[in-house]
Amino acid sequence: MTDTLARPPAFETQAAVLANDRVNGEYAHLVVACGQAAAAQPGQFYQLACPAPPGEAPFLRRPMSLYRADPAAGRVEFLYKVTGAGTRGLATLRPGEQLGLLGPLGTGFRLDPAARHIIAIGRGAGLATLGPLAEAARAAGIAITAILSARRPELVVSQARFAEQGARVITVTDSQANSGPSHVERLLRGLLAERRCDGFYTCGSARLLRVQQTLAREFSIPGQVALEQQMACGLGMCFCCVRDFNVGGTIIHKRVCWDGPVFDMLEALP
Amino acid sequence: MTDLSVRIGGLTLPNPVMPASGTFAEGLAQAIDLNRLGALVTKTITRELRAGNPLPRVAEVAGGMLNAIGIPSKGVAYFRDVTLPLYRGWSPPLVVSISAPTAEGFAELAAEISLPGVAAIEANISCPNIEEDGRAFAMKPASTAIVVRQLRAATALPLWVKLTPNTGEIAEVAKAAEAEGADALVCANTILAMAIDPHSFKPRLGNLLGGLSGPAIKPIVLRQLYQCARAVRLPIIGCGGIMTALDAVEYLLAGAVAVQIGTATFLDSAAMPNIIDGLDRFCDARGLASVSELTGAIRHEETDEEDLSWLSPPT
Repeated sequence: MTDTLARPPAFETQAAVLANDRVNGEYAHLVVACGQAAAAQPGQFYQLACPAPPGEAPFLRRPMSLYRADPAAGRVEFLYKVTGAGTRGLATLRPGEQLGLLGPLGTGFRLDPAARHIIAIGRGAGLATLGPLAEAARAAGIAITAILSARRPELVVSQARFAEQGARVITVTDSQANSGPSHVERLLRGLLAERRCDGFYTCGSARLLRVQQTLAREFSIPGQVALEQQMACGLGMCFCCVRDFNVGGTIIHKRVCWDGPVFDMLEALP
Repeated sequence: MTDLSVRIGGLTLPNPVMPASGTFAEGLAQAIDLNRLGALVTKTITRELRAGNPLPRVAEVAGGMLNAIGIPSKGVAYFRDVTLPLYRGWSPPLVVSISAPTAEGFAELAAEISLPGVAAIEANISCPNIEEDGRAFAMKPASTAIVVRQLRAATALPLWVKLTPNTGEIAEVAKAAEAEGADALVCANTILAMAIDPHSFKPRLGNLLGGLSGPAIKPIVLRQLYQCARAVRLPIIGCGGIMTALDAVEYLLAGAVAVQIGTATFLDSAAMPNIIDGLDRFCDARGLASVSELTGAIRHEETDEEDLSWLSPPT
């Protein structure tokens, strides 16, 4: 049930914006200095007090998954897509300005030290969430294959990062007509035949999640999925971010902010 | 150092700041020291297992948020065996919020959770999200009287009654609760509200109706607390849109002995400790020995400016 007292602290702090730049037509890259709050694990998230963009007033904070953490430098990075009032507000931040944040929050990805080879597979903004696995897997001596999906090649996120860490990177895109679930399933079956998968790590696509769930059951391979949901508190208090999970045949609610955002892949319901 | 302790009925709290039910759980301990709080207030528990409302459960609006969480509850056994032992790890008094569909159900639940480690019961007779069309006991004096009478007979613990702002007769409701033996009032719950997405034509809450909280409601609930404070002698806990220590001061001046903080914690996990520190400084700067001196200290009479100089000390 609860591991409150065992969880490392979350810090409420005013972070200093170091950089906030567009990286392509859709994503922006935010770097902040936040001291102790930078001690995050892959898959964790932060609650960001987004400034008000012109004509709008986001009231609640916005959850944002970690893109990169450098605890020694007290720095964290986020990769976000401008989609609503909160992210429009984030896009107004300039270096030197402050950003209220709370974190790190939630339960992140877990790497099994016995694993030899894992597959990170995701789509769109979910690729940012998977990014920190590149360094974490390498540090744990685990080989990684990254299957990165997006609508167009220029929107593929984390490609260079996985490559730098020695990962085998496969990109699939809608514009190249190779991002469909059946093609991805063929890719995965190929990797499974090569025994290059002791675990699935995924984020950003319900269709790709279903493909992996099928294969995870068929080959008895564990998997983890990072999920999103609208949040208010971020600390497991308000119960607004619940999703359905199938736990031993019973459908139950779990809180994405507290029980996740990373969950057992086989329990997740798309 | 100001004496921040307050008495609520037979219970003494170390300070007047506590969470509003539904906005607090043990997860807050990840961000702040819960031992700093005046009390801990649980999410509302029910006897029956409840899954809660369909999503979306919250929607942000100008100056606040709507919620229709729908009181997910794991029942009494879970509370007794898991929640209660967990909260023994912290020192502030534990206030347990309860709800039930009937007066008898309220009484049975109150009796069942009158356990060692429970300092007071907060009867949530005002949740807008569990009865059809947002109805609640606390909308009328007569239904309030019936449920409070049964609760009073069922437990010897201090009984706090949480009022609804969704009534035109809040003072009469307050009097009914007082007459039937409530030890304190909590004023108030969220304001019944709704929002529609003009682009999709869909309601923005899965439950259609929900409760408005946040700074948008503060002037309304402050007025209602003032009306209650004039009508009853019971201690009243203010709850509605308090974001800062000065907001809390307003409630105390209107007649509150303590305050509950909810939505503010979602925007800043340190809101409660910050408000406690702010109250301390506020009283200190004005030479008030005790925060309780602020309760009901609103000034009505014509006063010479000289006599008011202490209210705005040089900063």
